[in-house]
Amino acid sequence: MSNPEQIKTDVLVVGGGNAALCAAMTAREAGAKVLLLESAPKDFRGGNSRHTRNIRYLHHRGNDCLTGPYLEDEFWEDLLQVTGGQTHAQLARLTIRESADIGQWMNAHGCHFQPPLRGTLHLARTNAHFLGGGKALMNAYYATAGKLGVEIMYEADVRDLEIRDGKFEAAIFEFEGASQKVRAKSVVVASGGFQANLTWLKECWGEAADNFIIRGSPYDRGRPLRVLLDHGAKPVGDPRQCHAVAIDARAPKFDGGIVTRLDCVSFGIVVNKNARRFYDEGEDFWPKRYAIWGRLVAHQPDQIAFSILDSKSIDLFMPSVFPPVEADTIGELATKLELDPTALEAVVTEFNKSIRPGTFDPSILDDCATKALEPPKSHWARPLDTPPFYGYPLRPGITFTYLGITVNAKAQVIMQDGQAAPNIHAAGEIMAGNILGQGYMAGFGLTIGTVFGRIAGKEAARFAIDGFA
Amino acid sequence: MPSTDLLKEAERVMTICNACRYCEGFCAVYPAMELRRTFSEQDLKYLANLCHNCRGCYYACQYAPPHEFAVNVSKTFAELRLEIYSNFTWPGFLAGMFRRNGLLVSMITTLSVAVVVLLAFVLQGPAVVFSTHLGENAFYKVIPYWFIVIPFSALAIYVFINLLIGSINFWYETGGQLSELIDLRANSQAIKDVLQLKYLDGGGHGCNYPDDRFSMVRRWLHHCVFYGFLLCFASTTIAAIYDHFLHRGAPYPFWSWPVMLGTVGGLALLVGTGGLLYLKWQMDTVPATARAFGMDVGFLALLFFASLTGLLLLILRETPAMGTLLAVHLGVVAGLFITMPYGKFVHAVYCYAALVRNAVEQSRGGS
Repeated sequence: MSNPEQIKTDVLVVGGGNAALCAAMTAREAGAKVLLLESAPKDFRGGNSRHTRNIRYLHHRGNDCLTGPYLEDEFWEDLLQVTGGQTHAQLARLTIRESADIGQWMNAHGCHFQPPLRGTLHLARTNAHFLGGGKALMNAYYATAGKLGVEIMYEADVRDLEIRDGKFEAAIFEFEGASQKVRAKSVVVASGGFQANLTWLKECWGEAADNFIIRGSPYDRGRPLRVLLDHGAKPVGDPRQCHAVAIDARAPKFDGGIVTRLDCVSFGIVVNKNARRFYDEGEDFWPKRYAIWGRLVAHQPDQIAFSILDSKSIDLFMPSVFPPVEADTIGELATKLELDPTALEAVVTEFNKSIRPGTFDPSILDDCATKALEPPKSHWARPLDTPPFYGYPLRPGITFTYLGITVNAKAQVIMQDGQAAPNIHAAGEIMAGNILGQGYMAGFGLTIGTVFGRIAGKEAARFAIDGFA
Repeated sequence: MPSTDLLKEAERVMTICNACRYCEGFCAVYPAMELRRTFSEQDLKYLANLCHNCRGCYYACQYAPPHEFAVNVSKTFAELRLEIYSNFTWPGFLAGMFRRNGLLVSMITTLSVAVVVLLAFVLQGPAVVFSTHLGENAFYKVIPYWFIVIPFSALAIYVFINLLIGSINFWYETGGQLSELIDLRANSQAIKDVLQLKYLDGGGHGCNYPDDRFSMVRRWLHHCVFYGFLLCFASTTIAAIYDHFLHRGAPYPFWSWPVMLGTVGGLALLVGTGGLLYLKWQMDTVPATARAFGMDVGFLALLFFASLTGLLLLILRETPAMGTLLAVHLGVVAGLFITMPYGKFVHAVYCYAALVRNAVEQSRGGS
């Protein structure tokens, strides 16, 4: 890489997460020379894949790490349910079918799986868990890619693509303070969404975005996505929407990952900064509801809310990284949380009075509900009456953005005129919106990334070697 | 008591880990951690000793430095273990032994070699030491029978009692009951874990040692050390039986149980400790503590020299070098025994106790 003028490769991969690595390894195995540009430094490589933990894939029988079969029809039904039908049927079916026994391919590329253990049993049949989680998976893939002879550059930030007549020719990137150019016969753009780009988020959300926390990598700034859109790639997905959950407000601005999530909402009440409740905390099981709470909190004043619990519930959910704020009275708790004590006491008193007697059972949609309270709490409503009382501050935590690039079944980027770019491919989060129009399904982002990463790698290598798509 | 800062750091790290749990497939530490929501001093001491330092969790950690959470369980627990070893030292005034352990262990060993060699020369005279002695009781012509039996028996008893006290102290200090420590099922599970070195398998693919790659090499080398040590121990025990009950004085012919077991054990020790020293030389030091380096290397080197001098003695026992080699070998072995309760060897005791505790806990949690 000493002479920037001479950087030439067959397949250029832009991005350094799961989809990028899958594409790079596949293209290299197909015989192409591959260069991968990861914008993050080595320690933080892998984008949001670092924070993942399992992958959902089609399998006809269980194995050491999966408790039973997961077949196409069920997979498809699950996808329809989470997306409310907002999916591209052909691409979705392709993803599901191509995911068949993908675990074996992952194994062959260095991934180690582990049997599902505590806490994830609801995914034990459908999702295979990586030993050590997503960073371990990334370590394995980078090691394998290196062994295969994929060239990898870290802190290489792609700024522009040279596209002529719908055909990719070169990419411009920043590396070690200088602008460089790489010519390639084809490109795979697998650089994720724009969830860490605060300016872009502000365009969608206004000043409220200042109070958002980015759960994942600070390097997912979406520049290649912007570049592709500016070059006339056809967008897909709601440009303003993002997947957001309510997380601990004390989380770091970026990269707090899994440990900042709070599973306590359904066990108490949630109030905003004016000490008012604003939504049914017990509407449904938490795993089915946590994804709406990010948006709910985002719509509250100053984008902050507080989950209030008492000692009856404090041990009922997964421990989180920051200790709860603790007090012997509701008033004292309010003061510590900088809420109006009188207002919070009034809300709690009203809530406690409205509760109908029932049998508390967190494992079912129980009959502990409020009566004549607005908003109601439909399940798991128990009076907040047993000190000490606890509070967790909540803020919207953004997982990923939905805006992406339209692709076809060869992972080729579709341009505004409806034509497929012959040698521009996209894989992973940047095109996940084709399949996940809304909602989310655990471990499915990696399925899309792995399936389309492999397709993109294969097609990009084919174009580079044969000269046509 | 370990320093408050270190306990706080261990508690901070475990709190982050407990909210993440991605590493639960690597070893026993994480499933044990998940049985808790908060971490007392007792819990942390137990978990630190349950850690086998395979380092899988460090390389897999999304919060490892330079992340601002700077989670480094391997290093934190290694530091905590070192303080625990020091705190449980008996008698207490020798706790300082763990501070500059590498230096102290090598000084003590050098001293004990010097003493044995000097005594041999002074008491027996150079003529005896440099002569060739053949046949039964040849060794005793250089160092008289009772000069071997009495000091080494005394040392062995001292070490045994010392380590027993250490383990019982550790057991109570980490909140255990005596009935649990002698629980048969828990002990047999722990013995199985030890014999297989279960938790150096990193969840099935080996440790991340010496670097981020998964490898079984360290586990095999540790097996060499462990079984090599046991074979040498067996060899010595059989030799003692031959001597006391069958009245056959050392040295024994090559094709005899003591020599065969000692040779195989000695070679295994040589390969194991040599290999582990080499890996230590190669290792990524970020998930380790520099403070334990001297202790680790000191103990490995001591075992290495004990087996090396033993094997040389076997090879050269029919030459005039035998006398000197015997004195040196006995000196090194004496150094090994003297420093046993005050060096890396104690990890065997505390780790075993932690494994028993883990077996008790998991069977309770699982039933």
